[in-house]
Amino acid sequence: MTKAQATPGYDRSAKTLVTGVIGADTHIVGNRILSMALEKEGFKIVTLGALTPADEFVKAAIETAADGIMVSSLYGQGELDCRGFRDLCVEAGLEDILIYVGGNLVVGRQDWADVERRFLDMGFDRAFPPGTRTDDVVRALDADFAERERRSAKAS
Amino acid sequence: MTGGGEPAALLIDFGSTYTKLRAVGLETGTILGAGQGPSTVATDVNRGLDAALKDLEAHLGGLPEFRHRLASSSAAGGLRMVTVGLVRELTAEAARRAALGAGAKLVGTFAYRLTRADLAEIEALAPDILLLAGGTDGGNAEVVLHNARVLAGAAVDGPVIYTGNRAAADEAADVLRSGGESVVVTENVMPEFNVLNIEPARAAIRGVFIDRIVHAKGIDRAAGRFDAVMMPTPAAVLEGARLLAQGTATQPGLGELLVVDIGGATTDVHSIAEGVILHGLPEPFAKRTVEGDLGMRHNARAIIDLAGATAVAADAGLDEARVGALLDAIAADVERLPETPDEHAFDRALARAAVRHAVARHAGTVKVVQTVTGPATLQEGKDLGRVETVIGTGGALAHGQDPAGVLAAALADPADTGSLRPKRPRLLIDREYLLYAVGLLAEPAPDAALKLGLAHLSDVTPQTTGEAAHERAIHVG
Repeated sequence: MTKAQATPGYDRSAKTLVTGVIGADTHIVGNRILSMALEKEGFKIVTLGALTPADEFVKAAIETAADGIMVSSLYGQGELDCRGFRDLCVEAGLEDILIYVGGNLVVGRQDWADVERRFLDMGFDRAFPPGTRTDDVVRALDADFAERERRSAKAS
Repeated sequence: MTGGGEPAALLIDFGSTYTKLRAVGLETGTILGAGQGPSTVATDVNRGLDAALKDLEAHLGGLPEFRHRLASSSAAGGLRMVTVGLVRELTAEAARRAALGAGAKLVGTFAYRLTRADLAEIEALAPDILLLAGGTDGGNAEVVLHNARVLAGAAVDGPVIYTGNRAAADEAADVLRSGGESVVVTENVMPEFNVLNIEPARAAIRGVFIDRIVHAKGIDRAAGRFDAVMMPTPAAVLEGARLLAQGTATQPGLGELLVVDIGGATTDVHSIAEGVILHGLPEPFAKRTVEGDLGMRHNARAIIDLAGATAVAADAGLDEARVGALLDAIAADVERLPETPDEHAFDRALARAAVRHAVARHAGTVKVVQTVTGPATLQEGKDLGRVETVIGTGGALAHGQDPAGVLAAALADPADTGSLRPKRPRLLIDREYLLYAVGLLAEPAPDAALKLGLAHLSDVTPQTTGEAAHERAIHVG
């Protein structure tokens, strides 16, 4: 296991992430492990748990001024549940919020590159296949947040 | 009689129709006497109070020495409040619960960014207090600041209680003050996501009530005649329910309980229960809801619309045409009291429908969600299944012919297992509307207050054994 970078170049404790399992999905274990790992790495975590409708992610993100939403889906219906997720965020004024999705996103054996493309097309910033290590997620967050800081520094 | 020298408390309720007094013996927890005068809130409250005291004196043959003089007020439409939050189901809902828990009459609730139209509506509502929430601590600050800027220009007399994102508190308070509003800053109603913290807001509301509303309604002209403790009547009822449930240091209470108060315009439900919430916003331990569309007189038609004329007619044992005629009679005269057997049956059915719907809205729900791995249960809100006591009050229960039948409508229905209502509680009736008095007395004299409450609740649980009466006797002794 490779350790995530200790000094990510931005303040992790200033970043709030909303986590939860979307739709009629009760598989909470992976999402809980991810939430605990992210919290340990210094992020502020808002956990919604299992059986969370898409709009509840968005509402929680508004109220807590979250910087990112981490959507888990394990039961194969993620593609249906996640459709329009970015639109919901845009509608609620969260145009620039970082959204990740991960888990067993689709049923059957499908080519991951194809699945990933479909979720990126839906407006997710990143999609993660089954078996992703939490460190990989932390590294992705570090890269994306650092990039955003650079962009906003340049803009101002 | 003057109570044989027993120290006494005077309880005053400044209502919109009457000024009501009760003298309570502090050792025995019994009512020594009652008195009533007109409501003179519009002119000088002292006149109504004098008249009521004279009435009490006539009943008692002299006035005892009062150790406590405590007052509540439901006058002039109560404490009118408007709440503003961010997301409707989150901070806006938390603000709503804080206002109701403080005994306020909620006249408007707003969420997200206030618009000019919202502002005009708020000004027209003329609230006594505005409660401004929004954002968890360190969360969204932008919307609550926007709303503070909008409210800063509001032509509203009442103060603003800020109970939003702590990080935005100073700026919001400055903005509001620069607009000429008076501001009270208190802790966030939702400091973290889905964590409810309504007690500080409740305390702030009560503080404002004492400072401003009591003054605005002219009640302070009699202020020298009672102790500083003064609360909105519904807050006193909630405090009374809390004491009855939890007991005192020396006497046990009744355990988790539910209070249903059926009035002419609204039906109030109070629960003192932990409940279990698996999804959604946590529930306050002492929770009050007000159903503004369920009232025995002003909203009788709304009850029929909700429950269905056919169902109400069937429950009353009347035909639908007769129900329609009785409803028209009520609409034409909201002061009307039932006289004929038909009218009694109709009122009973109306009250049952109001109780059923009010308690169902207050209680939590459980539903089965189909997932690919099979059915899963999803519970939201307060599970009142194990509540041990349901107390009923209000005209339809206190004076109706079948209080047990009406109150039984609050219970769990085997045909509707999704509604988490009490399963097998005992049913008690507060015939004399004493809960508010118990609440007023709860702080200065908790033991007397508890005795007073327990002694005046009549058990109407339909059962063959005298079990409940026996238990009650133990509590009282």
